[in-house]
Amino acid sequence: MTGTAPNSTAPKTVGAAKLAVRVSAITTLNALVTRFEFQRIDGADFPTFSGGAHTVVEMMDGEKKRLNPYSLMSDPAELSTYAISVRRDDQGRGGSLFMHQKIKVGDEMALSYPVNLFVLDLRARKHLFVAGGIGITPFLAQIKQLEAIGGNWELHYSCRSPDLGSYVDELTEYYPHATSVYYDDKKQLIDLDNLLDGQPFGTHLYVCGPKGMIDWVRKTATATGWPQAHVHHEEFFAPQPGRPFAVRLKKSELTVEVGAQESLLEAIERLGVDAPYLCRGGACGQCETDVLDSDGTFLHRDHWLEDDEKESGEKIMPCVSRFEGKILVLNR
Amino acid sequence: MSTFEFPPSIRSRPVYCVLEARPGKAHLMIADAEGAEALIDLALRAPELMAKAHVIYIPKATDFGAALNALNPAQYYEGPSYSAAVSRIKRVFSDASMGLQIYLSGTEGLMGQALSEAMQAGYDHTAIQTEHRGSLARRMQCVHCKGITEDVSNDPFQCSHCGLNLFVRDHYSRRLAAFQGVCIDAEEPGNVPPSKELYS
Ligand code: FES
Repeated sequence: MTGTAPNSTAPKTVGAAKLAVRVSAITTLNALVTRFEFQRIDGADFPTFSGGAHTVVEMMDGEKKRLNPYSLMSDPAELSTYAISVRRDDQGRGGSLFMHQKIKVGDEMALSYPVNLFVLDLRARKHLFVAGGIGITPFLAQIKQLEAIGGNWELHYSCRSPDLGSYVDELTEYYPHATSVYYDDKKQLIDLDNLLDGQPFGTHLYVCGPKGMIDWVRKTATATGWPQAHVHHEEFFAPQPGRPFAVRLKKSELTVEVGAQESLLEAIERLGVDAPYLCRGGACGQCETDVLDSDGTFLHRDHWLEDDEKESGEKIMPCVSRFEGKILVLNR
Repeated sequence: MSTFEFPPSIRSRPVYCVLEARPGKAHLMIADAEGAEALIDLALRAPELMAKAHVIYIPKATDFGAALNALNPAQYYEGPSYSAAVSRIKRVFSDASMGLQIYLSGTEGLMGQALSEAMQAGYDHTAIQTEHRGSLARRMQCVHCKGITEDVSNDPFQCSHCGLNLFVRDHYSRRLAAFQGVCIDAEEPGNVPPSKELYS
């Protein structure tokens, strides 16, 4: 994914156009996951998207504006509705809890234009999907997209337990031959070596799930001769809390204290400074910011910058990365 | 010496590397003429590849066949021409699994055509290694009549299909595996500069 230009129909000025929506349905799937469906307030169709795209959901939590990215999981051919599935994260910074606890049918919200950082390579002879937990969501849209064009795909989906297997029922009902499900609590593991061995030449592999799973799949694929260009992954990091730190924004002539619970990007936005972003998860590269001066340690958490760029101390991805030290001056 | 340092050019022009051993379930090596030397060098550096290697070789006017065979590849095929070998190459791709590594060496025409076959089988071209050896002759497409002329080593040259005088461009089509030849005397028919050997 690194290095590819983000694929978006959004206007170039970041934050300019948002889609004003109303929550049209809320469906509880299981103890952790709830689906939210949206329709546009103006009644128009949503912009087209391709399977794998995400939208950034704007949540007004009192004074606080939360912006969380979620994969669009609805049918790309069905543009009257966008749907996302949100896994409740009790340890997280509160965005998913806000969705679960505060959002009601009929509420008005704003969504960003869709951006796809996890596109299908349609030259593939076959698409092999490996999903872990809530990582199933981008594949739901991709499967619908492929079904519409008669694409060849196969899904291997690992869940904690049958109770938490979001969308397992519909997947196994509609696509029994293409879907394999594995339950952790039954000690069922994906036999990855076997799975990767013997896939037809021209297969593309896609993985979305916890970091450990992504690393395992990518490493195993590389070791068995799968080229990087055939292995795709989607991994958004949620910003991690950390120690507060101060930042000087040179161009805006402002100084801001980044709180323990907020990200550097959020702190910049709180001042009303327009900072670019697309994924808010360290993946897309859009928020890359030049560091003009620093004295301290960078806590780089993105997977966009190359290692030497991280070491140079000249760049930071404010959506996920933090800083500890005395001076940080950004060209923003 | 069968290697040549190509001068920097436009982005369209393919660039070549030195073949390196990569992990793989199987290894497909396709070469023509002096391309055999690149495979022999590779096998010297990584002899373990050969037990899982399928070598497809088109000797043209050279005689590296015995030396290649002596590397003991799991499968060895020698064909009189690319067109004689292409059905075999297509079959290898249609039967192959992911984990196959592809090594191409020799002339640009051979490497380009084998790479195009792999692409048509759904494989990403960036994952294929190519090492140029031997002749600098090119496979050219006439942009006017679309005819292909193989082994063009002079610029300008005459299209073997329509007879136009063509300028040899570095503009390359990966799908066609051919450089583009453009009429050089369209403005002033007959005003054709003397033909020179490529890179001379
Ligand atoms: S917004 Fe995508 S990397 Fe920061």
